Amino acid sequence: MTPTLIADEKATVSIEIGGMAIALRTDDAAFERLIKNRYTGFVGTSSSSHSEFDVDLYEPSQPASPDEDLEVKTKGGEWLLRRGDFRARWDPETRQGHIRQSCNPYAIDCVLRIVHSLILAREGGFLVHAASAIRNGKAFIFSGVSGAGKTTISRLAPPDATLLTDEISYVRREGNRYMACGTPFAGELARVGENCSAPLSALFFLEKGAQNRIEPISPTEAIQRLMRNILFFADDAELVKLVFQSACEFACLVPMHRLVFVPDQRVWDIIR
Amino acid sequence: MAEKYIARSKAIAARMIGGEMMVMSAVDSTFFTLNEVASTIWQAADGRTPLSEIVTDKVCQEFEVERDRAQHAADRFVDELSQHGILLVSDQPLIDSSQESR
Repeated sequence: MTPTLIADEKATVSIEIGGMAIALRTDDAAFERLIKNRYTGFVGTSSSSHSEFDVDLYEPSQPASPDEDLEVKTKGGEWLLRRGDFRARWDPETRQGHIRQSCNPYAIDCVLRIVHSLILAREGGFLVHAASAIRNGKAFIFSGVSGAGKTTISRLAPPDATLLTDEISYVRREGNRYMACGTPFAGELARVGENCSAPLSALFFLEKGAQNRIEPISPTEAIQRLMRNILFFADDAELVKLVFQSACEFACLVPMHRLVFVPDQRVWDIIR
Repeated sequence: MAEKYIARSKAIAARMIGGEMMVMSAVDSTFFTLNEVASTIWQAADGRTPLSEIVTDKVCQEFEVERDRAQHAADRFVDELSQHGILLVSDQPLIDSSQESR
């Protein structure tokens, strides 16, 4: 009898955000479809990727909770990520990792955000709680905590604006400028951003008010507000310092203002 | 009164922005914005120079402020930052404990 050699057939789906591809390998066809669908517009075609993850799925004995506290720590050169609905590890040197999760989109979404934030921290960039859009070839970021108006300003965007995200903005440093890149991380609009980028022209801190106006903000206040909105998951003092320095560098190169706005379309008249 | 030696903690990030020194604790992300006088004390906090000497040689010289008043303000400043672990304080010189990130 001739032995049958069964190849370990795993599908690879490359998710490309901010020009950085992360390959996910899975042997589960349903999960493959799920991530291709969730990251429509961000599924890369490039054969090379920054990092690769094997994804193993399991059936939880009881409903896994994405609300459980997230833990991100480094051990023996590896990053260990853990939450109620997943366990993951990633080696930034070999750029290989492993994710064990139930078949849900929230776990992989969280892992991607964390890995991107860790990579960006070393390169002077960051993820920030903010909507962003491109208009006339220039990118604008609208930052604020929940309820500040990220979704509102995104919904009010005129037809000539390209929405990059209504929730999590991706900021990458390129020499002496910053680029804002589209992300699939959607907020209340439940719409993935466009997968494109443009040089960043300004960052606005959102505040709802009685009239539309742009107000100056001191550099130190801007940095403090920016730091409050940067997504940072790891309990690691060295990385916190890197992010702080990135925020300071950002403040030196990108104008930051307070944008007080009335929730109607006229606010976009002053964003140019 | 015992001499006081001060040193910058390693668990901080600091940066001069628009003429003000921004200091952030990497432990609890607390921010401090230091004015010129506080920045002078901060930059002189090498763990080896007594605080009284920093006040006399730096603060009083550079800002023409009366000695006792300057010492009182410096003590308060040091107490506040030390409570957040941003400045280390000892009655002995602090060797190799000072680090300024930038």
